[in-house]
Amino acid sequence: MRRAALLALLSHWRRQPLQLIALLFGLAAATALWTGVQAINSEARASYDDAASALGQGNETRLLRRDGGPLSPESFVSLRRAGWLVSPVVEGSIGGATLLGIDPFTLPPTAASPNLADGDRLERFLSAEGLILAHPDTDLPTGLPVETAANIPIGQATTDITTAWRLLDREDFSYLVLSANQPAGLTPLAQLAPQLQTVTIEAGGDIGRLTRSFHLNLTAFGLLSFAVGLFITHATIGLAFEQRRAMFRTLRALGTPSRTLTGLLAAETALFATLAGLIGVALGYWLATLLLPGVAATLGGLYGASVPGTLTLSPSWALSGMAIAYAGASAAAAASLWRVANLPILAPTRPRAWALASAKSRIRQAIIGVLLLGLAALIAAQGHGIVAGFAMLGALLFGAALLLPLALDTALALAQRFAKTPVLNWAIADTRQQLPGLSLALMALLLALATNIGVGTMVSSFRATFTGWIEQRLASEIYITAQTPAQAEAARMYLETEADAVLPVRRTNARIAGAPAQIIGVVDHPTYAQGWPLITASADPWRAVATGKGALVNEQLWRREGLALGDTITLLPGWELPLVGVYSDYGNPEGQAITSLAALQARVPDLSPLRYSVRTDPARIPELRAGLEEIGLPSGNIVDQVEVKDVSLAIFERTFLVTGALNLLTLGVAACALLTALTTLATMRLPQLAPVWAMGLTRRRLAGLELGRSAVCAALTFVLALPLGLAVAWALLAVVNVQAFGWRLPLLAFPLDWARLALLALLAALAAALLPAIRLARIDPSRLLKVFADER
Amino acid sequence: MNAKALILALFIAAPAHAQSFAGLGEDADGFAIPVPGTTFDFPTDHGPHPEYRIEWWYLTANLTGADGRDYGVQWTLFRSAREPRGGEGWDAPQSWMGHAALTTPEDHFAAERFARGGTGQAGAQAAPFAAWIDDWEMSGEDTLDQITVTARGDAFSYALSLDAQGPLVFHGDNGHSVKSAEGQASRYYSQPFYEVAGSIETPRGPVGVTGHAWLDREYSSQPLGRTQSGWDWFALVFEDGSRMMAFELRDTENAAFGSGSWIEPDGMVRPLPDGSFTAEPLETTDVEGRSIPTRWRITYPAEQLDIEVGAINAQAWNDLVFAYWEGPVRITGTHSGTGYLEMTGYE
Repeated sequence: MRRAALLALLSHWRRQPLQLIALLFGLAAATALWTGVQAINSEARASYDDAASALGQGNETRLLRRDGGPLSPESFVSLRRAGWLVSPVVEGSIGGATLLGIDPFTLPPTAASPNLADGDRLERFLSAEGLILAHPDTDLPTGLPVETAANIPIGQATTDITTAWRLLDREDFSYLVLSANQPAGLTPLAQLAPQLQTVTIEAGGDIGRLTRSFHLNLTAFGLLSFAVGLFITHATIGLAFEQRRAMFRTLRALGTPSRTLTGLLAAETALFATLAGLIGVALGYWLATLLLPGVAATLGGLYGASVPGTLTLSPSWALSGMAIAYAGASAAAAASLWRVANLPILAPTRPRAWALASAKSRIRQAIIGVLLLGLAALIAAQGHGIVAGFAMLGALLFGAALLLPLALDTALALAQRFAKTPVLNWAIADTRQQLPGLSLALMALLLALATNIGVGTMVSSFRATFTGWIEQRLASEIYITAQTPAQAEAARMYLETEADAVLPVRRTNARIAGAPAQIIGVVDHPTYAQGWPLITASADPWRAVATGKGALVNEQLWRREGLALGDTITLLPGWELPLVGVYSDYGNPEGQAITSLAALQARVPDLSPLRYSVRTDPARIPELRAGLEEIGLPSGNIVDQVEVKDVSLAIFERTFLVTGALNLLTLGVAACALLTALTTLATMRLPQLAPVWAMGLTRRRLAGLELGRSAVCAALTFVLALPLGLAVAWALLAVVNVQAFGWRLPLLAFPLDWARLALLALLAALAAALLPAIRLARIDPSRLLKVFADER
Repeated sequence: MNAKALILALFIAAPAHAQSFAGLGEDADGFAIPVPGTTFDFPTDHGPHPEYRIEWWYLTANLTGADGRDYGVQWTLFRSAREPRGGEGWDAPQSWMGHAALTTPEDHFAAERFARGGTGQAGAQAAPFAAWIDDWEMSGEDTLDQITVTARGDAFSYALSLDAQGPLVFHGDNGHSVKSAEGQASRYYSQPFYEVAGSIETPRGPVGVTGHAWLDREYSSQPLGRTQSGWDWFALVFEDGSRMMAFELRDTENAAFGSGSWIEPDGMVRPLPDGSFTAEPLETTDVEGRSIPTRWRITYPAEQLDIEVGAINAQAWNDLVFAYWEGPVRITGTHSGTGYLEMTGYE
């Protein structure tokens, strides 16, 4: 009995393979998008954790020279002999990696040390040849004694002090790590080593904080995709239920208990969820491997965070994918199951329009929608932080989606008044009648379109602003980095005579308002006044900078600290300057300040003298380049403006690659939702179409009307999606971006993009309607006739 | 895995081929090997011997506080060589490890330090005599007759002045101390006659202390035989002025190997060959999850000695990267007095 009932239930899917595909696809797509995003997030997080627990990133206190210079081995020994538990670290660049030279003898136990336990690693680590431990993805010059170690972050290599000294050609330390536990009764450091200062590196690393918003962004996208996927699943399960009403009644009449029937249906749902979940997790993994290089590039470009470009399979996100598939399927099936369980045994089998929601429920939906919109407004007015930003976006999107059926119905009702011909009148009335069945798919489309408009507008606004900014900001024609001070001096002498101007680029690392920052010293030159776009400034800010009477800060620092013009900023201990202006500084996660070079040089005498920017006639760039190479500068150390711009824009494009890809995927899923809804509705609508056909409307004409209706629905949805999308864009630019990146961008309109998207939406709607329309055009007239014969 | 646990490997794990003789007085890696009949050259031999693999300056002191309580102090500097050469510079192939401990009847405090050689952070020199790691230091006269010792950890510190009341004592065959039946040996001498005055500080506050101390100097290139799993080492000071050093090297395959010295109050030494004395555990204590013998019976028939040696604080566990039991003991029986007990290899 149970077996027969199950076979009967499953036979439905054999007769409706498209529906089965839609169901599995919807659930699998939802699971895949969710799993993919989770996989990317967990991979990135794991790599931050590695970075944070590794030396140089975690929670540790360092001793640095106040002037930023290196420390002598003698200063280390004298601190140790005074009882202070310090351990030396030398840090330098080798190839594209950061080389950390450590002293395993004195490294505090709290500092994560490289794993030296394998075989004779320690012996080799301390040997004359040395041993360098690095992540397999770290770029290091060939010919070095490198061994891979997974717990070292990408881009970093660890070796013994002596090996590092040999490779970096130096014999001093960058800083000393101060052990957390010190013996009691030591002579204070201020007395022993007044030239040193302690700096505490925050726990978790700055990268975790910086990238949190990026991942929240991804998660939000994953959730949105999942929601859209659920619309499909819900629609399909609901339809299948309606179409099997007659079967349910027959089964019940034949003696199948209600409980058995419900149980079988639940088992069926579980089966589909398992199948779709497995497919979804596999798809999600594949999706993540496709997207991860882009994410890695994004994180590298925006934050300097290194994430491997390859994925390791982790059971945690695979399990979470399966869990979400089951949760999704049960959410989608719950209502249907409830109705089956409570189905009166002799209920009429007429499809009661599964989705033929009453006007009452439509209004109830609209009220919830309005409430959600109100909530969004409230959060916008009161909320702070990136989570509030996304909560607002969520409330806004779903509120608008819930309002959609009412809005469409109102619009159609309005249109009906102007409908001149009976056919048109019927078509509109019929569309209104169908709205409940279509509304879920249309809601999905609305969400996808609005997100697309919002994110697209954000990216385009960002791109336009960024391009304009970089044009202005990169005013110098050539940027050079010499290898030695002598070479820098030779290059300067050469350029003094050959170029229009040679501007030294001098910078030092500092901590401004407790966070890592850079201080840049500039000379008095019109390049700056003309080139640097300032967001806000007092009168003649560059004059104040040149005379050492003021400082400019970047937008990130300005916003983070809530500074106002005229506020005093402490650049270095004991060096305070009033804020005279704020400049845009896209792509830089850290704070930055600009002030007079002379003033900076006076406080930090040993600034690296290796970098210059050069003003010249662009036509002379090749000539100067040749001249500089003759002095001995490697060609890679001479970069012209065009190259910098290209690199910057390339980083930018890669940054939003992932966003774009997810955006497109969401739209695709929405189109599928529409296809499913239309296809299944088509089979149920024969009773409505048969009388019209009988009154003389040809099948071809009817099919044309179907297509037109789909297009009108999509167009109306798009019209509603446009303001919603702009609201999303505003929220992203004015709330999320400021929180995530520290800069605010102007909202720019891109009507051409919108037109393209509108076209895309129409095409998607037409494509979705095409199959049902063709079927209708070719339907056997006898089936239409049968409607009358079957009429009860 | 802590890098220091591995640094420690430098101290205890000699390569397997260390025992093979490449030439007279030298092993396969070029390290010096103790040769019987060699005379000491002081003060030079108070300083380091980089040509040997391992070496230590090992001081233990039994003290009584002004408060009438018993205290014990340990100060140890270990040297280990990766290659048989000394020299200056961060690439010098020498490693140093310091252990300092302070035992009270209720508490035991221990601390450790590590350093590479050649940097000045740790080292030893004969004249003027000094041995140090970080701010821990043992220094004084070239004869070692008068020295001072300081060390401190998170929760303790001490500063002691030591004054020798007798001569240096040479173990085994005039300083050639055999460690196994296979012939592994070390150069081993002591100054067991120190009188001590100074101060210690624990979380309860500072206390003035007096008592006696024992300095061991030992260097070797053949630490242990392959099957030797640990040792029990006694340094006992009796009220009649005589002293006894005795150790047993436990073996996983063979019988334990014992050796020691009987020291007369005037410094005359009689070697204790394997089998001339017995050391038998009477009672064990659970220490950090290990069963450690903290009460022993020792007999030495030649002196009609039959004593019980009991820990003053049974929990004197040096919970360091290289962990072992080291603490003051009280002696009862035919002879009475105080001393120090060290037990390693109880994993």
